[in-house]
Amino acid sequence: MTVDPHTFLAILAMAIATIATRIGGLVLIRFVTIGETQRRALEAIPPAVLMAVIAPTALVTGPAETIATVVTALVAMRLPLLAAVAAGVVTVAILRMALGA
Amino acid sequence: MSMAPLIVAVMPIGLVFGAVAAGKGLSGVEVTLMSALVFAGGSQFVAMDIWTHPASWAALAFSALLVNVRHVLMSASLGAKLQGFSGPAKYASMLLLADEIWAMAEMRAKEGKLTPAWFAGLAVPFYLVWVTTSLAGALLGAFLGDPKVTGLDFAFPAVFIVLVMSFWKGRETGAVLAASAAAAVLTHHFLPGVWYIAAGAAAGVAVALLGRRREEAHA
Repeated sequence: MTVDPHTFLAILAMAIATIATRIGGLVLIRFVTIGETQRRALEAIPPAVLMAVIAPTALVTGPAETIATVVTALVAMRLPLLAAVAAGVVTVAILRMALGA
Repeated sequence: MSMAPLIVAVMPIGLVFGAVAAGKGLSGVEVTLMSALVFAGGSQFVAMDIWTHPASWAALAFSALLVNVRHVLMSASLGAKLQGFSGPAKYASMLLLADEIWAMAEMRAKEGKLTPAWFAGLAVPFYLVWVTTSLAGALLGAFLGDPKVTGLDFAFPAVFIVLVMSFWKGRETGAVLAASAAAAVLTHHFLPGVWYIAAGAAAGVAVALLGRRREEAHA
């Protein structure tokens, strides 16, 4: 149970970067008025970022991950978060075993 | 309680994060510190992806900035709906911002009024569960088995898939998602690091703004 100084510095740097993003929006709205165009750009960012984060896993990792992505998305249309996540995890585990990946 | 499913959903993700981080050589204290101070699962998983020994603070801070830049927009959007909050309470609340908390708070703001007590009741348990399950994952990592075999490594992308679906507003969202996915996959293939996240975000916003100009041209 030790703390490496490089690791500690990296964690602090990550924390400062993340805090800046969390506070950034509050500071931003004090100086910038959000019009229709800005609102549209703002609204597009969260789904675009989430999609970008999962795209490599979902689309180009292998058939098990791609199929599990589709299953998760389909279940999410009808059932709550946890059920969709469980369906995705179970699907990926079974398919990896079946496909030997 | 509307937040119960969220808190149950974050548990396996915290456990997996702790296990993955321990596998990368981080101690239990280091895992706990990261979850407590950074408290942003997406960037913490990406950090484990690019972790080196010794850790490179500049690369890790930059990737955290890229992955978390969406918080700027979330806090800008939510900030306008925190009328009942004092100045310090606004900033304190935003320090506990996370995708799931943001989505719940936006939904709540649509239906009624956001209060500091409601926000704390959602964010504080979520935060505590994230930190404690991360530590538990680091300590139990060896007993959970290989996350690839149990499929638990997919828990985190699965949560993001569900969140993406919750942003669906019709064909226009489809165009944004398609542009983001294409840009992210291409960039991921050709450039190292986390540029693919910035590329996907930029492509998605570009498509959203193009759609607006086309609408105006028709009007």
